[in-house]
Amino acid sequence: MDTDSDVLLEVKGLRTRFRTDDADVTAVNGANLRLRRGRTLCVVGESGCGKSVTARSILRLIDPPGRIVDGEILLRRDGSDGRPAETIDLAALKPTGRRIREIRGRDIAMIFQEPMASLSLVHRVGNQIGEAIRVHNPMPRRQARQRVLELLDQVEIPNPERTIDAYPFQLSGGMRQRVMIAMALSCSPRLLIADEPTTALDVTTQAQIMDLLVGLQHQQDMALMFITHDMGVVAEMADDVAVMYLGHVVEKGPVDTIFHDPKHPYTRALLDSIPRIGGARRERLSTIRGTVPAPADQPSGCVFRDRCDFVMPGRCDRIVPPPIDLGPERHVRCLLHGGAEPEAEVTTSQEAADAG
Amino acid sequence: MRIPLLTAGSRRARSRSTEDDTDGRTAVAPQWKLVLRRFRKHRLAMASAVIVVMFALVGVFAEFVAPTTPSDYSADHTHAPPQRLHFVDTTDGVDLGLYVHGYESTRDEETLAREFTVDEDHKIPVGFFVRGEPYEMWGLFGTDRHLIGPEDPDERMYLLGADRNGRDMLSRIVYGTRVSLSIGLAGVALSFVFGIVLGGISGYVGGRTDTLIQRAIELLMSIPTIPLWMGLSAAVPREWGPLQTYFAITVILSLVGWTDLARVVRGRFLSLREEDFVLAARLDGCGPARVIGRHMLPSFTSHIIASLTLSIPLMILAETALSFLGLGLQPPVVSWGVLLQEAQNIHSIANSPWVLLPGVAVTVAVLVLNFVGDGIRDSADPYR
Amino acid sequence: MWAFVTRRLLYMIPTLFVISLVSFAIIQLPPGNFINTFVAELRAQGQGVDNAQVRALEERYGLDDPFLVQYGKWISGILLHGDFGQSFQYQRPVSDLIWDRIGLTLVLAVCTTLLSWAIAFPIGVYSAVRQHSVGDYVFTFIGFIGLATPNFMLALIFVWISFRYMGESVGGIVSPEYADAAWNLGKVLDVVSNLWIPVLIIGTAGTATLIRVLRANLLDELRKPYVTTARAKGLPEWRVILKYPVRMALSPFISTIGWILPTLIGGEVMVSIVVSLETTGPLLLDALSSQDMYLAGSFILILATLTVIGTLLSDLLLALWDPRIRHAQTAKG
Repeated sequence: MDTDSDVLLEVKGLRTRFRTDDADVTAVNGANLRLRRGRTLCVVGESGCGKSVTARSILRLIDPPGRIVDGEILLRRDGSDGRPAETIDLAALKPTGRRIREIRGRDIAMIFQEPMASLSLVHRVGNQIGEAIRVHNPMPRRQARQRVLELLDQVEIPNPERTIDAYPFQLSGGMRQRVMIAMALSCSPRLLIADEPTTALDVTTQAQIMDLLVGLQHQQDMALMFITHDMGVVAEMADDVAVMYLGHVVEKGPVDTIFHDPKHPYTRALLDSIPRIGGARRERLSTIRGTVPAPADQPSGCVFRDRCDFVMPGRCDRIVPPPIDLGPERHVRCLLHGGAEPEAEVTTSQEAADAG
Repeated sequence: MRIPLLTAGSRRARSRSTEDDTDGRTAVAPQWKLVLRRFRKHRLAMASAVIVVMFALVGVFAEFVAPTTPSDYSADHTHAPPQRLHFVDTTDGVDLGLYVHGYESTRDEETLAREFTVDEDHKIPVGFFVRGEPYEMWGLFGTDRHLIGPEDPDERMYLLGADRNGRDMLSRIVYGTRVSLSIGLAGVALSFVFGIVLGGISGYVGGRTDTLIQRAIELLMSIPTIPLWMGLSAAVPREWGPLQTYFAITVILSLVGWTDLARVVRGRFLSLREEDFVLAARLDGCGPARVIGRHMLPSFTSHIIASLTLSIPLMILAETALSFLGLGLQPPVVSWGVLLQEAQNIHSIANSPWVLLPGVAVTVAVLVLNFVGDGIRDSADPYR
Repeated sequence: MWAFVTRRLLYMIPTLFVISLVSFAIIQLPPGNFINTFVAELRAQGQGVDNAQVRALEERYGLDDPFLVQYGKWISGILLHGDFGQSFQYQRPVSDLIWDRIGLTLVLAVCTTLLSWAIAFPIGVYSAVRQHSVGDYVFTFIGFIGLATPNFMLALIFVWISFRYMGESVGGIVSPEYADAAWNLGKVLDVVSNLWIPVLIIGTAGTATLIRVLRANLLDELRKPYVTTARAKGLPEWRVILKYPVRMALSPFISTIGWILPTLIGGEVMVSIVVSLETTGPLLLDALSSQDMYLAGSFILILATLTVIGTLLSDLLLALWDPRIRHAQTAKG
């Protein structure tokens, strides 16, 4: 499987922890993901489940007191852009070092949730995009400006000549997100991470931005990691899906199998909570019982057991479900599907202490 | 992104039911309790609060705490240097007990300046709750008990040295504490009235009234305060008694000092006006008085307390500056600024630097009040 | 932008008007008719004053007129002829006495502002970027001490140290040997060597405030998403910080100049009195103590006016610095 030449980035057993005086929170707890060229991976889950932290861990953008404590993030360069083919473990790089900086924006680019807050309000659009170009490809300002105009045109901004000299506060939300996308695309990255890029936008603009992203992805043959909490968006965008809950990837697989044959009770619950057009009028939308517990209060055993309708007392609270292979690229972490045998009773020391 | 925020409840029990209980309790804990809980965690602020309380106690019980009275002078002890307080006497055997050494003074034939040397043979025992200079406690009853002092009332003790009239600096600083702190408090209290009324009106009514009050505040803030204070206090008639001067200075200090507070109050009002719970209260039919009194004020009391705490040091500094220049309080009133007047004479500073000690008192008081104010502000709003 | 400038200039007029009213009120505050004081003073010096002279003075200052008329005479004298009235103590026109002193005060204030910035900027940035580091704690602590110590106290300590260890009394901007010399390099160096310590002392509180403001602002800004965006582009860390959050954090920093100026002037007055520099401070105190009110009032008027102008300049600087303010103002005006 590791020889799969389409795999651009592989996350193995990633653990990201936030340590403060008061507590120690593991925001991402052993996540495994695989991103392939030309495909879209949607990472889905409720807020606070570790989606964003996973994405930021990849680019090493976690602010202290957060820290990657375990796992590997392997980036494969195939040597097509003139740089030597190699595999780099991003998790082992220094977060402010030169190597990771060469990767940011060039191999992997990222766009964020709030286009208003994510752009500097006191620098002109052209300045902010041009800087992203020139940091990796030194070129004269004039030439960079030309490239910015092309990019603005590419993300379908009307009247690029005017927008390039505008300040972000003079633009609408949708336009700002387009500027963000133009910035991310400026060095033709091979992986684009989009962290809920449409959440702050209205519905029509959302659809436009998603269309734009899909179009650009095909055009440039990028891998796309799309983070969202909206199963509707997943259905529309995804090739592969990873469902996260409380720092764990509880289920992942190709989009069809996830939607038509969900295995994890949490995935099922998420799918049940999508409103359906044409459903019975007075039918109540199903919701998931309870709320996501604070990350510091992780239950022992299976993290979802407190809210699970199929909880098996005596097992789910004692055994941490291991990933179970259900076919090619298809995994689930739930004792309903195996892994409950006594020899599989693996608990980390911390969780054992918690249970006791 | 939301970094998982760790709240006070992060050490909660794991099971759902108890967690819900704790949540419920947190939700109904009154604002001041939450603030107090956060304040306790602030080590520097807590330590400073203890020192503030000590300052306050010294101010309140000044007569008792001071070894003698501030006007008790001795012509033989002009600019006597500070004495060292000894705890154990080892000259013959070990003898526990506090004592200081007396002075041997000589007069320089040429300069006529008095020079002091420590007289090792002259031992002055020091004790607690000793009899000394008689005084009237709070003007209520007469007594002569002092917290600390020489056991023999006829001996003299200068732990922090003496001024040019041979008066005890320690006692004078202790009495100065009362005046300086109280003038800070009184000035802040007056500013508080001005600030909260005008700032409240400005923030709640808004519109033209707001603009007018804001212009007035900006105007006052644009005038350099020290020259303004100097100008105003110079106008206080010299023949007024100490009490009248005291009040006049307080009024002058707060006339200039209310603007900061008014801005804080207004800013809070403006941001709170937009809050949903205020809108909800208004939609529920609460009148302005109730909206302000029941819903808005409680949610920023701690901010006001923080601002008040932070303005006291400003008042103290201003009073000290004015009195130092001779424009504020006048002797025989004793405040830290008045005491520092002695330090205007370069020879006093050069030969007896302990006349600068009241300034140390000012610095420490201002420092700890700042720490406490900052602590309250941080606890009132942990996200700022 | 020009609309903004014009509006700010127009705002200044009522401010200056009220300032002049306050200054005149201060002149009028001391009880008693100052002409009497004046005459008494002249007589005490053994000069005869005839009634005609007294009448002329009364006429000139309009002493029998109501407050506003007197104010009118005073302010039109200043605006039309630059006549600030008469100093009784020095028996000279106020305008003869003040301008040299005001000039020196201005030089001191400008030097202090520049020095405060030069010190506060790197320290503020360092303290925020390396929050909780030893350096941060040290600077924060020193900053607090600087805020809490009245600067005349610092000046006194300085006087004591220099007397004790250098054996000389300090004071004066120009050393005696250069007093009558024309301006040359030696004299400039002499002035600089005499000035840098007062400038440092005057600037302590202001510098401490600036460090605190900059540190707090920068800490807020460092956590904003646009900083992450800049990092995600692959920019070096120092460039990320200097170009984005520092730029944003400087906006409030610039607007603080406006309200730091009054403190600076106040500090300058106090410190100059202690180390006896030939600036406004000692003369103002002298004038107030001897109730030489035209002199004192004029000082207060001019100092306040200078502060208002300084505030205006800082507002304009802010508008140049921050496009949001510039555009918001244009949109409204």
